[in-house]
Amino acid sequence: MKAARQETTITTEERLQEPANLSVREWKNKIFKGIFTAAAGFSLLMLIVLILRIFTQGIGYLDWNLITSFASRNPSDAGILAAFVGTIWLMAVTAPISFILGVGTAIYLEEYANKNRFTSLIQTNISNLAGVPSVVFGLLGLTLFVRELAMGRSIIAGALTMSLLILPIIVVASQEAIRSVPTNLKEASYAMGATNWQTIYRVVLPAALPGILTGNILALSRAIGETAPLIMIGALTYIAFLPENLLSQFTVMPIQIFNWTSRPQEEFHLVAAAGIIVLLAMLLLMNSIAVWIRNKFQRRF
Amino acid sequence: MSMKKVWLLLALAAVMVFAAACGEGEPEDSEGSEDTGGTEETEEETSGDGSAEESSSEGGSEEASGEEGELSGEVAIDGSSTVFPIMEAVSEEYTQEHPDVQAPVGVSGSGGGFEKFIAGETDLSNASREMNEEEAAALEENGIEFFEMPLAYDGLSVVVSQQNDFVDHLTVEELKQIWVDGGAETWSDVRDEWPDEPIDRYAPGTDSGTFDYFNEVILEDEDINRNAQMSEDDNVLVTGVQGSPNGIAFFGYAYYAENQDSLKIVPIDNGDGPVEPSEETINDGSYAPLSRPLFTYVKKESLQEPQVLDYVKFLNENAGDMALEVGYVNLTEEEYDENMEKIEEAAGE
Repeated sequence: MKAARQETTITTEERLQEPANLSVREWKNKIFKGIFTAAAGFSLLMLIVLILRIFTQGIGYLDWNLITSFASRNPSDAGILAAFVGTIWLMAVTAPISFILGVGTAIYLEEYANKNRFTSLIQTNISNLAGVPSVVFGLLGLTLFVRELAMGRSIIAGALTMSLLILPIIVVASQEAIRSVPTNLKEASYAMGATNWQTIYRVVLPAALPGILTGNILALSRAIGETAPLIMIGALTYIAFLPENLLSQFTVMPIQIFNWTSRPQEEFHLVAAAGIIVLLAMLLLMNSIAVWIRNKFQRRF
Repeated sequence: MSMKKVWLLLALAAVMVFAAACGEGEPEDSEGSEDTGGTEETEEETSGDGSAEESSSEGGSEEASGEEGELSGEVAIDGSSTVFPIMEAVSEEYTQEHPDVQAPVGVSGSGGGFEKFIAGETDLSNASREMNEEEAAALEENGIEFFEMPLAYDGLSVVVSQQNDFVDHLTVEELKQIWVDGGAETWSDVRDEWPDEPIDRYAPGTDSGTFDYFNEVILEDEDINRNAQMSEDDNVLVTGVQGSPNGIAFFGYAYYAENQDSLKIVPIDNGDGPVEPSEETINDGSYAPLSRPLFTYVKKESLQEPQVLDYVKFLNENAGDMALEVGYVNLTEEEYDENMEKIEEAAGE
């Protein structure tokens, strides 16, 4: 530090003689590099602290029993079976719904729709939807799916709500992917006499699919951590049975974890930490699939 | 090229069934759920009393002692997060005895639970406060008859930091002076001999039933001190007051009981001398006015369903023990007897 300070004083004195101001600029460069490295390091440090804390707390409760038993009033018996299976059910139903709706919207907007006021209105609305708080989607799901369409507090109602929540992300990501397919590929297809659909099906989608899938999986990993909208639609907290069909009641891992952390007993906090490890493992798995798909299939044009 | 396409398709398929595949990794669970799938239809239909016998013949031999045969069906329970631990424990025990009855518990909060109760979606609505007039009116409008069933007591505990060596007890007036907006600024404003240090206040959030009750009996609807730090998570309050020598906080008895070693309880004087919250003083009512009852509200119509009636009776029999186990305090025997009378009357027995 001292040496550095001396260097600055010298350079300020010499500024007039040196038109290029070389050392000042290099010094500035170093400062900014330091700032940005610290910024990146900070978030990494926080992540490490979080993971270390979770692991030291939860590792004692992380065993097979955690996955295979239901919640209980005794922390040592408590497990996340219902929540774990509920999360899997919810994701399995949300994924196809949001994929079809999201990618469909993106294809329409990119390939079929004319660029007019109507499409730009849709476009703006989609971007706005991405910023709507998730609780609001929960309210929508409660009035529309749970009450109006009489689906009850079921997996299908939860999955539809979740699909709405992540739809904007999927649409935007899929649009980006479709847009990045070079025009000359499409033009070549049209030149061969292919229809719009043939071009989309044979040329655009195969090229854009890796990007679309990546966007979908990342959107799903957001949905997996959501609590508020599911509590709004009436997802439960204590369940001692597994969902059997789309109309079954359910709970998910974040709800269970949240409930445990708010308990007075310290042991429940530890069980919650173990639950978080399982949730993190699922997230990590999903994200690595996304990375794998991107690396394996992404083509550069 | 074509190989790549195959891979892509495979990847797509993998993503779509990714979650489902995970489920299959758990052979016992998924098979277990499929096995019970057969009884599922009967479960949904047994709301009426007629089919109870059917399911008993189907349900198997586990239930030997039940005089009413094998019960099945669903009990819909939602409401307060404060009451949740009791209900969770009761449901856990009940499921052991009647594995075919589904009695899941939701946590929508007292108000959110009532909203679902008013919409007719739940059989039991848990609350850490009494139902207010608007809610009762809405229920009447929807033609839903109900009765109130106290389950247990919670003693709101007022605590200070262990480093605080001057507070020996507080009267109800002093408590109000500390918490009300425009009241005491420093501890010396409360009593002259106490130090001239500002008070740090930690309180449950205004959405909670705990706050509602404190508001009713201590603040008497005046505003809470604007410097009070509010949190919906009582564990945050515990941590806050632990680390603050001039701090004071209030929260449910269970949170004090779990942290007795690191907190100092403040006995409350309601005119008959200072009383500390404990299982005895809360149970016999001498810890006043901060003992509050926890309720569940029962929809009368639901009692016509045998599994709901059975669950509610089971709840009344076991709520006291379960309450003690999860950190609350049981009611007196007479109060549970009164509940039983209400249940029998409502069920038309």
